[in-house]
Amino acid sequence: MTAAISADGIRKRYGDVQAVDGVSLTVETGEFHGILGPNGAGKTTTLEILEGIREPDEGRIELLGMAPWPRNAKLLPRIGVQFQASAFFVKLTARETIRTFASFYGVGPKRADAMLERVGLADSASVLTDKMSGGQAQRLSIACALAHDPELVFLDEPTTGLDPQARRNLWDLLRDINAEGRTVVLTTHYLDEAEVLCDRVSVMDHGKVLKTGAPAALVREIDDTVRVSVESGQLGVEAARELFAAAGAEIANLDDNGVSLAVSTRGPGPVLSVLAEQNALRGLEVRGATLEDVFLQLTGREYRA
Amino acid sequence: MSAPSTNTPSIEKERVSTFVSITRVMLTGFMRDRTALFFTLAMPLIFLLLFGVLTKNAGTSHVKIAEVGQVAVLDSMPGDSRTELEKAVTITKYDDESVALQKVKKGDLDGLVEQGPNGQVVLRFSMSDQVKAGAVQTIVNSVVQQANQAASGQQPKFTLAPSQVEDNSLKAIQYLTPGLLGYAVATGAVFGTSLTLVNWRKRRVLRRLRLAPVSIGSVVAARVAVSVVVAFVQTAIFLVVATMPFFGLKLTGNWWLVLPLVVCATIAFMSIGFLTGAIAKTEEAASGISQIILLPMSFLGGAFIPIDNAPHWLQTVSRALPMRYLVTSAQSVLSKGGGVMDVLPAMGGLLAFAALFTAISWRFFSWDDA
Repeated sequence: MTAAISADGIRKRYGDVQAVDGVSLTVETGEFHGILGPNGAGKTTTLEILEGIREPDEGRIELLGMAPWPRNAKLLPRIGVQFQASAFFVKLTARETIRTFASFYGVGPKRADAMLERVGLADSASVLTDKMSGGQAQRLSIACALAHDPELVFLDEPTTGLDPQARRNLWDLLRDINAEGRTVVLTTHYLDEAEVLCDRVSVMDHGKVLKTGAPAALVREIDDTVRVSVESGQLGVEAARELFAAAGAEIANLDDNGVSLAVSTRGPGPVLSVLAEQNALRGLEVRGATLEDVFLQLTGREYRA
Repeated sequence: MSAPSTNTPSIEKERVSTFVSITRVMLTGFMRDRTALFFTLAMPLIFLLLFGVLTKNAGTSHVKIAEVGQVAVLDSMPGDSRTELEKAVTITKYDDESVALQKVKKGDLDGLVEQGPNGQVVLRFSMSDQVKAGAVQTIVNSVVQQANQAASGQQPKFTLAPSQVEDNSLKAIQYLTPGLLGYAVATGAVFGTSLTLVNWRKRRVLRRLRLAPVSIGSVVAARVAVSVVVAFVQTAIFLVVATMPFFGLKLTGNWWLVLPLVVCATIAFMSIGFLTGAIAKTEEAASGISQIILLPMSFLGGAFIPIDNAPHWLQTVSRALPMRYLVTSAQSVLSKGGGVMDVLPAMGGLLAFAALFTAISWRFFSWDDA
C-alpha cells in the first residue's frame, strides 16, 4: 500500500524567511499523524504545501499517489481540509453552510444533514454560523471537511479555544474518524492532545522536522527523571533520605513543602518500595516525562512570536 | 471504513450544482444583509423620490403674475383663451398694489399687471430671473395684441398652428430615472463584487473553494447572475415608480432595450468591484476605494445632473466612464424613442471596459491574504 503522504525535501522561502527548510515526511495510510512546533516553526506553511494551496520552491510531494500542485481536480474529492472556525459564508445557518459545501462535491443534502448530526449540531442546524460558539463552529468546520467522505483529512488546530468538555468530545470524534480508516494529519499546540490522539508525531522548528516517532517512544528517549510524591507528615525528609540511600535509590531531588513530600529519581522502583514499607503511600502520585518535556527539550524554552 | 465515494458525478452536473449553490448562497446572504439591501435598493429609490419631487416643476418656466384691481384685457378674455393662458401663467388677484409690488421685488411673483389710463396695460417685472422676465413680457404682450386684434373686429390674417413633434424638453424625470438607475446599478455591482471578494478572501472561503473540485468559472458566473438579478430588481422598481402618474415618465417603444444594456453595465461595474476587491485587504478599505471611484464616476457620467452643458474637457473625461454609456443610452431608449442602434455601441463599449478592467484586476488578484 502506498503511503498517504510522502514528502521529500520541501523548501519554501518568503523574502528573507526560510519558512520551510527541507521537510521530509511520510504518513502511512490510516495513520493519525501530528505536526507539533512552536509558533513560526513552519507548521502552517508545511500543511498548506501538503494540501496543495501553495507551491513549494523545492521538493517532491505525493498525496494518495498524486501531486497536489498544480490544483488537481482528481485529488481534491479525496482529501478533506478543516479550516479555522470562521471560514464560512456570511449570513448562512449551519445547515445551509454544510449543504453548500457538500454540493461542491456532488453530495446531497441528506448526507450533509447526517454529518451535522454526527458532530452533534442537529439541534443548532438553523443557527447562523456567526452566532455559534467556538466549539460549535469548530465542529461545523470539521463536519464540512468530512461531508464528502475523504480518505485523507487535514486538521489545523481543531481544538484551539475550546473548553475541556468540548475538547474531549472533539477528541472522541477525531478518534472515530481515524478508526474508520481515514488518514488524519493534525497540527496542534496542545501536547496532551497529540499524546492522546496521534500514532506518530513530527516535532518541527525553524522549518525543519527535528524528530518523528510515536509519542511514548519519544518520551522514553529523553530519559527524564520520574517525580514521586505523597502527602506530607507520613515520613520526615531526613528519615526518607536515609531510607532511600539504604535501599540504593538514586535521588536527584528531595523536598517537603508542607503539602507533599516529593522525590525526583531515575529509579522509581526502590523509592516506591521504601514508601510502601513505611506505609506512607497516602496521596501517591507518580509523574513521568510527557511529550511537553520532549517538545521543550527539542525546541528550547525561549518565547516565540 | 465507510467506502470513500467512487462515483464522481459528471463534470457538467457538478458545475450546474456549484452554480446553483453559490447563487443561492449569495442571494440568501444579500437578502439577510440589511446594510446591503438599504444601499442597493432603498437609498437609490429614496434619491429618485427626493429628486423627483424637488424637480417636479423644473424645466417648464411657469410664470406667476399678479393682477392688481381690474385689468380689462385679462377679465374680458373668452373662456377657452383664458384656460389656454393659464397653462403658462398663474394669475392671482391683488387689491393692494404695494403688497403685490413687494412680492415681485422679492421674486415670489414674476410680474404685476394693472390697468393704466387710456387703455394702457402696465406691466412691472423684476429682472432677477432673465428667462422669466422675458417670458412674462412676451406673454402679456401677446395677450394685449390678441385683445387689440379682437377689438378691431377682423379675422386674424395670420394664425399659428403649433403642434408638438416629440418631447425634447427633457423633463426632470426623464434624466433622473436613467441617471439614478445608473447610480443604483453601479452601487449594487461594484459593492457586491468588491465586498464578496474581500470577505471570501479574508474568511478563507476562497481557499475552501479552491480546495473543492469546483470550476472557478461557475463561481464567477454565479456572482454575475446574482448581480444581474439585483440590477433587474432595481430597474423594475425604478420604472414602476417613475411611470406613476405623479412623476409621469412616459416609456417609449423600445424601452425594454434597457435590460440588455443593464446587463452589460452590470458586468462593467463588476469589473471595477473586482479591481477594488483585489486591491483592498479589508471590507472597510474595499468600501472606501469603491466609493472614491463610484461617486465621481456618477457625477461625471451624468447620473445625478445632466452633463450636456459641462465643459468640453469634462465631457471627454466622461466618455471613458461606463456610467455615461449606461445613462445616455438608457435615457435614449426609455423615453426618447431610441432603438437598437442607440444601445448597441454603448453595450460594446461597456463590455470592452469590463474586459480591460478584469485583465487589470487579475494582476492584483490573490487567493489568500499574504
